[in-house]
Amino acid sequence: MTTLQESAPSKPLRQPVFGIGTIAVVAGLIAAFAVPVLADDYWLSSIIIPMVIMGLAGIGLNLLMGYTGLVSIGSAAFMSIGAFSTYNLLLRAPFLPLPVVLILAGLIAAIAGVIFGLPALRIKGFYLSASTLGAQFFFEWLFTNFSWFSNDSQSLTISAPRLQILDYDLQSATGRYYLVIATTALLIALAFAIVKSRVGREWMAIRDMDVAASVIGIRVAHRKLLSFGISSFFLGIAGALWAFGYLGTADAHAFNLDKSFQILFIVIIGGVATIFGNFLGAAFIVLTPILLDRLSLVIDLSFLGDQGALANLQHIIFGTIIIVLLIKEPDGLSSLIKRGVAALRPQARSSG
Amino acid sequence: MSLFTKAMSLATAAMAVTLMSSASFAEDGSGQQLYPLFTYRTGPYAPSFIPFGAGNIDYLRYINEVEGGVDGVKILVQECETAYTIERGIECYERYKNGYNGALTAAIYPHSSGLDVALTDKARIDKIPIVSPGGGQNIATDGRVFPYQYPLVFDYWSEAQIIVDYIAQQAGGYDKLKGLKIATLYHDSGYGRDTIEPLGILAKKYGFEDIQIPVPHPGEQQQTQWQQIRRANADWVFLRGWGVMTPVAIKTAARVGFPADRIIGDIWSGSEDDARPAGAAAKGYLAVSVFPPGTDYGILKTLKKDILDKGESDLKDNSKFGTVYYNYGVIEAITFVEALRTGHKKFGNRPLTAAEGQWALENLDIDQKRIAELGAEGLISPLKTSIDNHKGETIAAKIIQWNGQSWDTRTDWIKADASLFADVIKAKAAAYAKEKGIQPRVATN
Amino acid sequence: MSYFFETLVSGLFAGVMYSLVAIGFVLIYKASGVFNFAQGAMLLFSALTFVTLTEKGMPFALAFIVTSLVMVVIAILIEWLVLRPLRNRDPLTLFMATLGLSYVIEGFAQLLMGMDVHMLDLGIPDVAVQVGGIYVSQFDIIASLIALTLVATLAIAFNKTRMGISLRAVAADTLAAQSIGIRLPVIWRIVWSVAGIVALVAGLVWGSRQGVQYSLSLVTLKALPVLIIGGFSSIPGAIAGGLLVGATEALADIYVGPLVNGSVSTWFAYILAVGFLLIRPAGLFGDREIERV
Repeated sequence: MTTLQESAPSKPLRQPVFGIGTIAVVAGLIAAFAVPVLADDYWLSSIIIPMVIMGLAGIGLNLLMGYTGLVSIGSAAFMSIGAFSTYNLLLRAPFLPLPVVLILAGLIAAIAGVIFGLPALRIKGFYLSASTLGAQFFFEWLFTNFSWFSNDSQSLTISAPRLQILDYDLQSATGRYYLVIATTALLIALAFAIVKSRVGREWMAIRDMDVAASVIGIRVAHRKLLSFGISSFFLGIAGALWAFGYLGTADAHAFNLDKSFQILFIVIIGGVATIFGNFLGAAFIVLTPILLDRLSLVIDLSFLGDQGALANLQHIIFGTIIIVLLIKEPDGLSSLIKRGVAALRPQARSSG
Repeated sequence: MSLFTKAMSLATAAMAVTLMSSASFAEDGSGQQLYPLFTYRTGPYAPSFIPFGAGNIDYLRYINEVEGGVDGVKILVQECETAYTIERGIECYERYKNGYNGALTAAIYPHSSGLDVALTDKARIDKIPIVSPGGGQNIATDGRVFPYQYPLVFDYWSEAQIIVDYIAQQAGGYDKLKGLKIATLYHDSGYGRDTIEPLGILAKKYGFEDIQIPVPHPGEQQQTQWQQIRRANADWVFLRGWGVMTPVAIKTAARVGFPADRIIGDIWSGSEDDARPAGAAAKGYLAVSVFPPGTDYGILKTLKKDILDKGESDLKDNSKFGTVYYNYGVIEAITFVEALRTGHKKFGNRPLTAAEGQWALENLDIDQKRIAELGAEGLISPLKTSIDNHKGETIAAKIIQWNGQSWDTRTDWIKADASLFADVIKAKAAAYAKEKGIQPRVATN
Repeated sequence: MSYFFETLVSGLFAGVMYSLVAIGFVLIYKASGVFNFAQGAMLLFSALTFVTLTEKGMPFALAFIVTSLVMVVIAILIEWLVLRPLRNRDPLTLFMATLGLSYVIEGFAQLLMGMDVHMLDLGIPDVAVQVGGIYVSQFDIIASLIALTLVATLAIAFNKTRMGISLRAVAADTLAAQSIGIRLPVIWRIVWSVAGIVALVAGLVWGSRQGVQYSLSLVTLKALPVLIIGGFSSIPGAIAGGLLVGATEALADIYVGPLVNGSVSTWFAYILAVGFLLIRPAGLFGDREIERV
């Protein structure tokens, strides 16, 4: 890995009580809860909700990849475990309230994460990445092949039997948004706490030099498995939200290899070893195809050929952006923005 | 700021402006009927979409430009690329569910069985009809439980019946089915497994041996499956493939020495792109066809004269004209236009809202006379919907055969006996209603 | 019992097909330490180019040569635009760059040559012949011969030519190789070109089986477990891994599949590979010390 610094947004948090950090957090929360007033159904349902959930999934992978240095390309598998666990818990244990179900689903995903993380004790690098694909294909197969998981539904799909907290129905776009944003806010706080904790520091030590880490007494194996577990916990909850907070109905193929790659791209684009960067990455992943699709409505692009050519052009542009980012901005968009802000600051001072 | 930083900021700003302003640039759609065309021009299934989309677009273009719209109402086609993914399909749905710049949305055709399922709950809340000709959920036939789903024209249970009927016909009667071995090679997915249950029922009824063999997605390697088929000495193979699975199946059949004219493909295994890549091995291969290929139908001749020959077709490659997927597109567009006409009779000649579209789709009646007027004799079979039946009362398909270059039609419409499975489907719908806490509608009048 | 052998034999042949794809990965990994995910996209691109040319009436041999040249040009572009700017970066960054690359190549392939499904007839009859009581396909036998020839050619090229020896030097110790005057960019260009041509051969064999279309790029996923088992850096490993995966997968499908109501071949090879890793982390013939904890 290239040298990674700690993420900037966390620094203000270290300052004394009621510092800028606290104010920023409070302002951020207020802004997040005011979004449904400003955004219409379209923005909520098809842009903001998926962006937030994919950002959360990005955090999940980033904890493993950015902080511990273990790359997984099977992230979507753990999302699917979260989604299918949530469905079955809601269905088969109707007395459990939704928040408890989400936590349990996350824990089930975490257990699976630890099991599929076991090879990390013996291998690393590509071999490990390639073997995480085993999880990807195994769970996709499991959830398609045993219809018990989808309550024997004809189409092997799952949809939430009920989505409510204390009798408050969350089916509407606004309701689903609040469910998603509240869960995500809590998990962001948890992610910061973990990264700042001893565990987080030990992860980074393992990432930067695992031999040295073991010499200074870090239990490398234990910490790696913990990283897999916590990462999968986040991914599992993100998966549940993706299935029921966003899609509404899902099947195992909603969590296919493409989704795993998307999460990987979110981490690369947003920046490894950041928390808020994942949301930049998610915004990029969600918005780029929509923007390119819309571009054709605004500008006459017929000189490029037909609509099909345009759709292929999107692939090329997307791939190119990934490569360019890797070359020019290995630390992702979050570092780009940091530099942009830093560049603007002196000007702001001189003018003000 | 580095050059790169500047370029990125500029690009971001430009993107933001595009997203915010795209609506205001577009033409005014008021007084028009919106047809949101969900496309998948990229990805593994793009080859089937291209002619399919063109059939849709060409027919609607013909209606707009030659007939002056549907009863005078112009149709505004807006494309939205889903890449055959559910996420992007949902974005398209949200984008167009409430119309576009004044043009009203009467119905949405998601063009994907997976998306159809994913939109079920959303459509129920938004009250938008979701129409999937040939690819809808069979359970949604029961319009009392699924007011907004329209699995028009076809379902896989009826397909299983039609296959068995055809085999009986070939064997010389239903009594000859006893002892025959019919192997179903299916794409291992919800779609593929859908025929296990009806074939089980049919096997019990007629006494043939029912062998089910799954092929995992995408199906590029099927040697073991075909060895199983050969070892079991199957008489017929019902091939329920999807994408690359079909040509590989046909080729592998030839490798193990199974005759192509004993393989009957599913409707999604019965296009030119399914048979042609298998080369010589596909000669004699049979398939079920709900969207018969060919250019010999009145409406196809009209389209050729008024659209294709004038260079206004959406097809880049004119040899795709009259192929299975092109004709599928035309048929789908016909269902949309005919639904609008039905609505116009009740609500007047103006763009329909989703509620009016829902009524129209529920009271569709394309009878033999209307089919003749459309110039679609032999292309479509009669379609009549009601609150109890969102699929259509008679389900029928033809059997077609690949001659090495193109498809030949082997049979006339084979009609499925709707009464056979009706109770099972109703029971499934009722169970669904119970799980979801839905109060089924009661048919009024 | 003959059914068992027939399954085994057909599995072995399927394994050869996997190995064909895996060899392309091994070449690039050996020379540049990159796990090239875009190999599948290169396979699609080369096969599409070839089919487009032959459909325009170009004879087989000429089309093969022209496509090979196109693959060489692509290799040079990749080295110049992607690999060189990313030199000295960690292998995972390079891996992710090849993911981006696969989007670009697939996009170009379909933008330039359309999205139709093409038939590819190599003129090899794909029918069953009986050999020692077992049905095997003539096509499989010829495909295996092609794979063998390819491996033999590569082995000779690596062991006997100056270029090949430089390449092995790079694979063994990049820094030392550079210090004795081996130019890394040149080696990379050559290796990516060779991998492009291997992709073409694999693309033709696979394409004639399933038609030349987008799904060709997915055969990458079949090659991955082969690589894990065989080792990323060993050509004999790729062959042995391919045979092992092909055979066990076919047998598992027949004997394990029915127990778990379905085919197991999507994941079986991966689980086998992970199990294998736990016992032999460097794969069958891979370098023992690399990537091991």
